[in-house]
Amino acid sequence: MFKNLMSWIEYRMPFMEKMNLHVMQYPAPKNFNFWYFFGSLAMLVLVNQILTGIWLTMNFEPSAERAFASVEYIMRDVDYGWLLRYMHSTGASAFFVVVYLHMLRGMMYGSYQKPRELLWIFGMLIFLVLMAEAFMGYLLPWGQMSFWGAQVIISIFGVIPGIGEDLTLWIRGDYVISGATLNRFFALHVIALPLVLVILVFLHIIALHEVGSNNPDGIDVKRPNDGQPVENNVSDKFTFHEYFTKGGKKIIVDAIPFHPYYTVKDIVGVVGFLLVFCAVIFFAPEGGGFFLEPPNFEPANPMKTPDHIAPVWYFTPFYAILRAVPDQLFGAIFMFLAIIFLALLPWLDRCPVRSMRYRSNLHKWNLINFCISFVVLGVLGVLPATPTYTLLAQIFSFTYFAFFGLLWLYSKNEKTKPLPVRLS
Amino acid sequence: MSNAPVDHGRRRFLTIATSVVGGVGAVGVAVPFIASWNPSEKAKQAGAAVTANISKLEPGQLIRVEWRGKPVWVVKRTPEMLETLTKVEPNLRDPGSEDPQQPDYAKNQHRSKKPELFVAVGICTHLGCSPTYKMNDFDAHVEGVASGFFCPCHGSTYDMAGRVFAGVPAPKNLMIPPYMLSENDTVLLIGADEGTV
Repeated sequence: MFKNLMSWIEYRMPFMEKMNLHVMQYPAPKNFNFWYFFGSLAMLVLVNQILTGIWLTMNFEPSAERAFASVEYIMRDVDYGWLLRYMHSTGASAFFVVVYLHMLRGMMYGSYQKPRELLWIFGMLIFLVLMAEAFMGYLLPWGQMSFWGAQVIISIFGVIPGIGEDLTLWIRGDYVISGATLNRFFALHVIALPLVLVILVFLHIIALHEVGSNNPDGIDVKRPNDGQPVENNVSDKFTFHEYFTKGGKKIIVDAIPFHPYYTVKDIVGVVGFLLVFCAVIFFAPEGGGFFLEPPNFEPANPMKTPDHIAPVWYFTPFYAILRAVPDQLFGAIFMFLAIIFLALLPWLDRCPVRSMRYRSNLHKWNLINFCISFVVLGVLGVLPATPTYTLLAQIFSFTYFAFFGLLWLYSKNEKTKPLPVRLS
Repeated sequence: MSNAPVDHGRRRFLTIATSVVGGVGAVGVAVPFIASWNPSEKAKQAGAAVTANISKLEPGQLIRVEWRGKPVWVVKRTPEMLETLTKVEPNLRDPGSEDPQQPDYAKNQHRSKKPELFVAVGICTHLGCSPTYKMNDFDAHVEGVASGFFCPCHGSTYDMAGRVFAGVPAPKNLMIPPYMLSENDTVLLIGADEGTV
């Protein structure tokens, strides 16, 4: 009976065929470590954001007059409204935590290198859309920091010569940030950008499954089949989709099916993540003033600037670069370059070896330099711009960009270690 | 079904012609979507000129008037404040107000119609914060200058004519809005400089 139903469906839509291709018979390298949790965790957070977001729109009112009050209403009067909102606001920060770690994983193991350039580009597009999504979402509670943060970010477009002023007027739909801005940001935040985000995630996964997952050793698990038997190959025990074996032309070595092996492993990651996530939601939902900033507990007041404006923590590395450059236009340019250079990594890195495990010490130090620069810039972006901090921001902006310059220089003739034949 | 051979030239022409006509249509459809983001008639109305009664303004006092949702400062400068305008000039980025940040009638040292009356949009030209008026304690930010404006966001400083000091993030002097005064100088109209108050 059930089997008949399944084959009835299968005949009309290849459901099980696609499930096999992407889940049950997808070969994933057997040596994934904990760094491989963050992709699936990002999807979990995306689902959390979409679900809690839909529920928040049921009580949120996107108008300058009502937005702040309706958020208070959600927090105080709606059953479990506080929980839904804290899940959403903490989810926003969690999204960036897992995405930043996911990107770092890609950098450590060279997952952006050929043939995964397009996969990396899709990932960078997801990152960009995510930043726009988070920025627009932060305006919606209509608190002081919502208002003034948006003021600062929209002003960045004003530095474009010639069209800047008109462009900011067009983005705001008013001479200042007003209800018109709030309404359009709401529309983009709840409909337009989530749709784009889901489509990009879909494309990201399609691109991933086409080229296959990289792994901590950075060597391929699919190789041409020369007819020679491979010893101790765990993959022999499993059936993989013929799409990956190309009808026997390719042999899969040291890979295991994504389901059940990595679905079960990812559940462990989910449990660990949820422990931390719930601890924040229940015990520190404001994230020490970093997830929800103190001035945002006051309604937006266009006549009074808060003493210190800092964006939410996940923007601060880029914000610190913006502030470090004395010239406004170049500050904005360098801020965008900081992201563009990341997107260009597949072409800046000219080394044929992917994983840092088998690359030079220089490369490892350079990666550490990148991490330190990024974190220090993130801290500086939160702090007020005193002369000392500005100087520090300039130094670490330089080391941030130096990562890319150095990588391009040394990667051409880098002294690498011999690659292993099999996964360790 | 005709068995005549495919005329590739004709097919290409038709493909291009269809694409061009479709493209024009797509651009046409995009117009209302893009134009709907412009300020609405209501927002333009709200951006009209506003009046302020300045007959009771004390020397040194600053009042804020909301115009287009932005704070406009009206300050009655004391003679001491006007004296410092010459003194600070070597430290300014644009002492002669060469940047068109003001109407022509305010392109002078005091950047105003009447020397004592200072009218400016109180929005920092760096990233849009509103600076703080430091009436007596500005020398904490610029040594030897008693009064001025200090932006708490990124530390930009302006003198009592809204001229930006060199070496701070803000690139330009404060914006001077168009304005006019009534005949006896008691009513200020901000946002228009033609007609009568």
